[in-house]
Amino acid sequence: MDEYLPELLARLADGFAVTLRMLGWSALIAGIVGTILAAMRVSPVPPLRAFGTSYVNIFRNTPLVVLFLLAVEGLPTVGVRISFEWFAIITLATYTASFVCEAIRSGINTVDVGQAEASRSIGMTFGQSLGIIVLPQAIRAVIPPLASVYIALAKNTAVAAAFGVVEATGQLSNLIRDFASFLWFSFFGIAAGYVIIVLVISGIAGMIERRLAVVR
Amino acid sequence: MNSVLFDVPGPRARARHRIGTIVGGAAIVAFLGLLGWKLWVEEAITPDQWSFLTVPGIVLGLAEALLFTLAAAATAIGMAVVFGAVFAFGRLSDHALVRWPCLVVVEFFRAVPLLLLILFLFIAYGWALGPFGSLVIALTLYNGAVLAEIFRAGLLAVPRGQREAAYSIGMRKYQVMLLVLAPQAIRTMLPAIISQCVVALKDTALGFIIGYSGFVHEGDLIFTSIQYNNPIAVGIVLAAVFIVINYSLSRLAVHLESRLRRQGTTVVHVDEGVE
Repeated sequence: MDEYLPELLARLADGFAVTLRMLGWSALIAGIVGTILAAMRVSPVPPLRAFGTSYVNIFRNTPLVVLFLLAVEGLPTVGVRISFEWFAIITLATYTASFVCEAIRSGINTVDVGQAEASRSIGMTFGQSLGIIVLPQAIRAVIPPLASVYIALAKNTAVAAAFGVVEATGQLSNLIRDFASFLWFSFFGIAAGYVIIVLVISGIAGMIERRLAVVR
Repeated sequence: MNSVLFDVPGPRARARHRIGTIVGGAAIVAFLGLLGWKLWVEEAITPDQWSFLTVPGIVLGLAEALLFTLAAAATAIGMAVVFGAVFAFGRLSDHALVRWPCLVVVEFFRAVPLLLLILFLFIAYGWALGPFGSLVIALTLYNGAVLAEIFRAGLLAVPRGQREAAYSIGMRKYQVMLLVLAPQAIRTMLPAIISQCVVALKDTALGFIIGYSGFVHEGDLIFTSIQYNNPIAVGIVLAAVFIVINYSLSRLAVHLESRLRRQGTTVVHVDEGVE
């Protein structure tokens, strides 16, 4: 135990540093791409709508493992040379962008049509109607599903463990190999890290939700 | 198109949309064309890359492997429904001593990455469980936890009067749950349950990582062979099959949901279909 505990903590710190770095980058990229896709899906331009819809249906229905295989095994054969971690970030972002898009789109759709009609009828421009009337209401409806998407992303970073990235989940086999008798400790140690990440994300979402809440 | 953002377009807006259609369409065609051209010149999607699809043995092998994947997913879903039902009832218990442990178990398995569960079960108990057992048990625990939340929401969504009426004619709690609430709740939960099946099927692909001889594993065997060495072509085939199955299931869920809504039923909504 004297030997095990410091080693466990050190490896958890190493592992979760990588997990959080992947989470941060892929969350950022997925957020940007997902927002652009959502804008495409609600735009009045048919080809853009079709592209957004196809993207969502393709990437939402493909298992993440298959996307990882395509990236890690496939992309090098067409001359893409980046680190395993960046392959993982790109794969996670590509996959998660489709869910971000759907969360944002469903948020926009929850705003009552009458709201936009009313804003236009008092003479607001498109920009005003979008910026002052529709988006502030949509953001409120977007926060909870978006939080679920990012929680799923945090858990999905674990798949990178099977594709050359030694993040938190990847530490499990090493820990079990070196400290076979502390099997359950190692498992619950890593699991606890993920539980904390999930709690932090839902805590932040709850905070934003309370701040945006309308007093009725 | 009845988006909240846009008025019915007038002549000027229609002209703008036409320009947008041309410019946007050209941009997308250019993007996809560039992508396809790059894949073609790097010989990732040239005809000989797809030749494995003409070998009967390989196609049969893929079909059989797909059946293994579907079997694992179906077994896991079946067991997850039982697990979910038990823990949903547990979370609705009148006794805090039952309620709290059920809450902890459900929330724990929802928060932990599925792959961590799979790897742990396989590394620690794989000698007894094998890849299939490890995969199915992990899938059961995760999906069961999600289903428990769906079931609980469904049972709570049945109008209160139903419960009160059942109690007032002297039914016991388990009778109220099983005879009155559950039959009405199942209808409203169907779309959510089907969406969860899509999630479970996608997650079954994780079995590849511990060597379960499912669909992805079979594909891996093909493209890592010296003869083919075509990860992109095989990956596209694997993805396409999953997309067809999952898209059909999703459409079924959407169809059921809209039919239930037309009948005026409140449909249980889940956001866990995001995995």
